[in-house]
Amino acid sequence: MSESLVDGATFDASKRTWLIASGCAGAVGGAAALVPFVSSFQPSEKARAAGAAVEADISALKPGEKMVVEWRGKPVWIVRRTPEQLAALPKLDSQLADPASTRKPEEQAPAYARNATRSIKPEYLITVGICTHLGCSPSDKFQKGAQPSLPDDWEGGFLCPCHGSTFDLAGRVFKNKPAPDNLEVPPHMYLSDTKLLIGDDKHA
Amino acid sequence: MAEFHEISPNASAGAKTLNWIDNRFPLSALFKAHMSEYYAPKNFNVWYVFGVLSLLVLVIQIVTGIFLVMHYKPDAALAFGSVEYIMRDVPWGWMIRYMHSTGASAFFAVVYLHMFRGLMYGSYRKPRELVWLFGCGIFLALMAEAFMGYLLPWGQMSYWGAQVIVNLFSAIPFIGPDLALLIRGDFVVGDATLNRFFSFHVIAVPLVLLGLVVAHIIALHEVGSNNPDGVEIKATKDAKGLPLDGIPFHPYYSVHDIFAVSVFLFVFTAIVFFAPEMGGYFLEYNNFIPADPFQTPLHIAPVWYFTPFYSLLRAVTTELMYVLMACVVLAAVVALLKGRMPALFKAIIGGGAVVVLAMMLSIDAKFWGVVAMGGGVVILFFLPWLDNSPVKSIRYRPSWHKYFYAVFVVDFFILGYLGTLPPTPLFSRIAQVGTLFYFGFFLLMPWWSRIGTFKPVPGRVTYTAH
Repeated sequence: MSESLVDGATFDASKRTWLIASGCAGAVGGAAALVPFVSSFQPSEKARAAGAAVEADISALKPGEKMVVEWRGKPVWIVRRTPEQLAALPKLDSQLADPASTRKPEEQAPAYARNATRSIKPEYLITVGICTHLGCSPSDKFQKGAQPSLPDDWEGGFLCPCHGSTFDLAGRVFKNKPAPDNLEVPPHMYLSDTKLLIGDDKHA
Repeated sequence: MAEFHEISPNASAGAKTLNWIDNRFPLSALFKAHMSEYYAPKNFNVWYVFGVLSLLVLVIQIVTGIFLVMHYKPDAALAFGSVEYIMRDVPWGWMIRYMHSTGASAFFAVVYLHMFRGLMYGSYRKPRELVWLFGCGIFLALMAEAFMGYLLPWGQMSYWGAQVIVNLFSAIPFIGPDLALLIRGDFVVGDATLNRFFSFHVIAVPLVLLGLVVAHIIALHEVGSNNPDGVEIKATKDAKGLPLDGIPFHPYYSVHDIFAVSVFLFVFTAIVFFAPEMGGYFLEYNNFIPADPFQTPLHIAPVWYFTPFYSLLRAVTTELMYVLMACVVLAAVVALLKGRMPALFKAIIGGGAVVVLAMMLSIDAKFWGVVAMGGGVVILFFLPWLDNSPVKSIRYRPSWHKYFYAVFVVDFFILGYLGTLPPTPLFSRIAQVGTLFYFGFFLLMPWWSRIGTFKPVPGRVTYTAH
């Protein structure tokens, strides 16, 4: 069955239908062929398996000190806060963006760390040392008082060197900073008074 | 398809060889079309050397890159060491590496000047829109190429720069975190990221870049070059149909460009030999420290050619969002009150403004910072349709346009400089003003580019023989 075009030439309509149909089939096949290539961008099985929990020995950690352990390739901070530092936390609430961690509670901390000190034991802060803005690792600013890039009434905390976000000693972000959320508290549990398991809170 | 051309048996061996080739491949025809019979305006000034220079830098980058790959190891445990090995143990390796690292900065320097030339003389205006679009594509590919190349030495700046930029993608609502994971190939920047960036840097992006360069030049040679007067030389032709104000690219501009290449190579080699780090601007000091995933350097900043756009990113804070929302409201109100358009369009504009405002209120400033940074580059693509000036060249525009362009250049430099510094309240404020000006310059161009008294454009190019 042929039809004529404006300039007098003719074309076979049924052949054109088949050309379109096979073109569509080819496009579907082509799109399907993308799947393995795009999938290969995902983390490998090896990278996924590297997410195992790690143990940390905190017996040597003195008040006011910080230690870092690696979990899933990320730095996890363990900070032993002094009573003075703990006492300063509630006073900061009005300066913080989200003092009670209500914005994304599930992502910010496990249920047992959704309290005033964001920890199981008030003394120890366990948090992932990666800024919620763009993934830099904030630096320690434990010293109180005025210093460069920090307010004059600084009570001690962390400063992200990349874009100037500041966090208090519970990992809570201050207002009007680029970071939208508080630092993440990873799942963790105490195996004993001095042994900490980071990355798992289910089995003993 | 050309007829088979017989040549006299008495012709020279060279002529016979060329005839043999021309009967099988259009060698002479290509040379004529793009070199000896490509007519370029005779009034080119010094701004017209940067196209050729960017081609030269592309060649330098490809050649030095090929040799670097022979010694480099794309492995998180070995990469930093292999670069130091190139610098210390490979004979002349330091020079090849410094040529490549200086070449990256030189590439952006000549490309920025090349783009500014286009901006001044309206080289993106009809019928050269596609030349400009391909050019913007080259700029985008170049940015991707430079960013991924910077990860390869696996220094502190490589690592944390990549960490920050990849995390930008995670700011996109809904798909962001998965997208960032897909780019990294791991939960943090790591070996998988290094390997894929290496693959992109040495083969994928260069192929795209070369294709775009070919398209850029083909499109240019189709429509012909613009010139500092913004006059179409094809409008005035002689009896043979050749533009009266045109001269063959070869030999006139090929020889002329050899001079420019010589001057460029003087500067380039001086930097390679005497200041390859350029005081921390071309190669940042922190990048001579191996990548440490646990320790962010005290100050991180991208290399100079990204800093203007990095400033746009940092400028968008919660406070600036309120200013931007006020701008959206103002634009919508003006469009609704002043715009002469059907009610349907007005409804679409009004509805669109409400949706944008709702999104601006509900999505983090972090995401809008990413939008500002991307938008700062993408807006360049729209330049041919933003500029409504009745003349192309800055020469025949009202004087205040020149000052306005000068302010834009100063603004771009200020944004670039602030992007290299740590943020302070004052600098952030300046960067925010600079950001508003940057976008105002482009978004309001359809209106301001028509204002003022334009000078008469001559029929022929202005040229005095020397």
